[in-house]
Amino acid sequence: MSIWLIRSRRNCGNLLKTLICNSPTGNGRYEYSISGNPSASLFMARRYKSMEAEKELFSSKDDCKTSFEENHVHRLEYPGGKIAFTSEMNFLPGSYEERVKCYRLLDQDGYPILSNMPEHVGKELALKIYVNMVTLQTMDTLFYEAQRQGRFSFYMSSFGEEAINIASAASLSPDDHILAQYREQGVLLWRGFTLQEFANHFMGNKIGHGKGRNMPIHYGSKKLKYFTISAPLATQLPQAVGVAYSLKNDKKDACVVTYFGEGSTSEGDFHASMNFSAVLDAPIVFICRNNGWAISTPVTDQFRGDGIVVKGQAYGIQSIRVDGNDVLAVYNAVRSAREIAIKEQRPILIEAMTYRVGHHSTSDDSTKYRTKDEINHWRTVHSPITRFRKWIERNGWWTQNEDSELHIDVHKQVKNAIDEAEREEKPALKDMFTDVYEELPSNLIEQERSLREMIHRHPKEFPTNVPL
Amino acid sequence: MASIYQPVRATTTLTSSTLSSRRSLTERKVSFVVLRSGGVKDSGLKRICCRGDQFVTNAVAAKADTPAESTASKPGHELLLFEALREGLEEEMERDARVCVIGEDVGHYGGSYKVTKGLADKYGDLRVLDTPIAENSFTGMGIGAAMTGLRPIIEGMNMGFLLLAFNQISNNCGMLHYTSGGQFKIPVVIRGPGGVGRQLGAEHSQRLESYFQSIPGIQMVACSTPYNAKGLMKAAIRSDNPVILFEHVLLYNLKERIPDEEYVLSLEEAEMVRPGEHVTILTYSRMRYHVMQAAKTLVNKGYDPEVIDIRSLKPFDLYTIGNSIKKTHRVLIVEECMRTGGIGASLTAAITENFNDYLDAPIMCLSSQDVPTPYAGTLEEWTVVQPPQIVAAVEQLCQ
Repeated sequence: MSIWLIRSRRNCGNLLKTLICNSPTGNGRYEYSISGNPSASLFMARRYKSMEAEKELFSSKDDCKTSFEENHVHRLEYPGGKIAFTSEMNFLPGSYEERVKCYRLLDQDGYPILSNMPEHVGKELALKIYVNMVTLQTMDTLFYEAQRQGRFSFYMSSFGEEAINIASAASLSPDDHILAQYREQGVLLWRGFTLQEFANHFMGNKIGHGKGRNMPIHYGSKKLKYFTISAPLATQLPQAVGVAYSLKNDKKDACVVTYFGEGSTSEGDFHASMNFSAVLDAPIVFICRNNGWAISTPVTDQFRGDGIVVKGQAYGIQSIRVDGNDVLAVYNAVRSAREIAIKEQRPILIEAMTYRVGHHSTSDDSTKYRTKDEINHWRTVHSPITRFRKWIERNGWWTQNEDSELHIDVHKQVKNAIDEAEREEKPALKDMFTDVYEELPSNLIEQERSLREMIHRHPKEFPTNVPL
Repeated sequence: MASIYQPVRATTTLTSSTLSSRRSLTERKVSFVVLRSGGVKDSGLKRICCRGDQFVTNAVAAKADTPAESTASKPGHELLLFEALREGLEEEMERDARVCVIGEDVGHYGGSYKVTKGLADKYGDLRVLDTPIAENSFTGMGIGAAMTGLRPIIEGMNMGFLLLAFNQISNNCGMLHYTSGGQFKIPVVIRGPGGVGRQLGAEHSQRLESYFQSIPGIQMVACSTPYNAKGLMKAAIRSDNPVILFEHVLLYNLKERIPDEEYVLSLEEAEMVRPGEHVTILTYSRMRYHVMQAAKTLVNKGYDPEVIDIRSLKPFDLYTIGNSIKKTHRVLIVEECMRTGGIGASLTAAITENFNDYLDAPIMCLSSQDVPTPYAGTLEEWTVVQPPQIVAAVEQLCQ
């Protein structure tokens, strides 16, 4: 009895399928405009008419096969697109056994992996990259030490991440906008921020760009299109979408590049920005520095799943995982990403795998939560600078002598910059009140006046090196 | 001074009028006297004249009987407050191609209160942008766009949702001009409906001006009439500072006749609604109408209140307020914020600091209670200051 019922149901199904298949396919649910303007057509495509209830759309007649299995595979036009059905219950895995592979061009000892390497990095560019990486490392070392000596308040180094900083910056154009987190001083260095400017900013003196208002690692330069760093994590990500939105409005041939650590990807702003940028077709390159640690939180406590690169797909964004300690790989990947972002007006996600060799900041002692061996291993064996140096030396572009000279020279330059910046005057008192608004409002004028009166009456209570 | 925040007890003689006015409020068919101030023809900073020439009755479109005088032959055109906002917005978008709108459902839907209706059709889907639902993120997006040269207007569907954007507003919007050493400016306008009304429940009845007032670097203004709504919208867009424009859910359908010529109001000025001699009543947004209603009763009782709509919530227009206090020597603040930490609290402190010598009586501040706004209509009404309370407060002040 039951078998008979099943068979008749199948037959009914077949009959029904044949009947319905022969009816004309429904109207497209989406209105597409065939205009020349890509963004207009995109936005037209998003509007859709509401569906008539209970009217199923079957796919084209070709799918109307007569066999049993094929009769039961049809697609339904949901809001958002056609989806096929399956009777096999299948949970997508949270992560695959094999992690997404990492793009790399130079091996651990600086030997090229491919026989025909991409030819983008010639001698001049390679040497410039190397010099900048050494400068960055020296700058980090000396500024860190200066902070330890009490000469200024706070510093964050980028040891181990020199390749990400310099190589990515090298592949961008000066028209691109940068929104960084705080460990990307190398990008600013490449763009033209001088050592003296860095030192001025860190010392908070009156010629620094920030007029002594923000923490040492919150530098920024409008001229170099590097937005001022802001402390809360991931706030630069939606702002990057806004900058890209502005570029789209102006139809500029430039993209936005935004950097963040893997810890910041836990913030809500990361997810919303990825989503926004995909929906908006924004020309953004998201570069995630996955350096393994968020202060003391290892990645295993930060997220599950295979890192950041797989998250891109969830938002409809093309993504790639890159060896962050390989200059050539980073350079190539960012260069291509930038091209795609601008030409196709879409976001790209790059996860650069690396390791945070230094402490999180001058307020941190990372030996408390990780072993010295681990740190040393990554500092020596996987050093991006050593690896790249081996490659340029083997190419005959660099010698040991030149290397020692460079180190000594840069060391001197940084030291001089720090000393000079320290000698400079601090910002005047009026700079405490300017730039809060475009023009000084009455309440701030009053507050400044009352402060000056206070200083006048009790001069000994106030620092002497602040000009009034 | 412990006596500042005195609770006001309604006297028994007011019961009948209390009931009738409360009933009329429930039905939301009330006619208001809106003082039109004249003489504001040119652009730039404006001083609003003290005494208006015309009285325009019927500020609410729902009222059936329109008096004959407010028709045809007068100059200007009549519109509702949300239309005035839209007009201001449209004029600025026409004038400056960098002005854009970002928010949820602002595009082809026209905004949840129809302030952006028709703009997407006119200016395109990119310039009037519909965003996914992430307030912190689209506020951040607006900030990023502003730092790159655009002038975005960020709409919060309800002001309460902008609490999600607090991080971007406080840490970035208000600060980045300062911390970047003046390199990056952020000329955004953040606007949206707030306030109590329409029985929307506690989460949709927030008064965000309390929470935002401390943030350095931002300006806050509250509009209350179609005239000042359009003027403040235009001024906010033209300002290079980040400005938060507070609108009220119940005021969107106010009707008024506004000039045909272009005008821009000053963001830092208060509006003299009704000059008087006996007491200064400081208020803003919807409470202005409750105050004016109470003013009618007070006039009948022989009092002459001076009503000022402070409009500028940050910074306060202490010039106008101070002049008024020097004349009347008595201050009553009527606000919709909660008692603790509201605009009234800050205003009380500012007045006490600056004009203590001119006061003949302690400052009285009428605010909402420190409770989440209830949903039930009667309870919701009682969280908001009602005209009888205002009348009683004035009587107490003028004893």
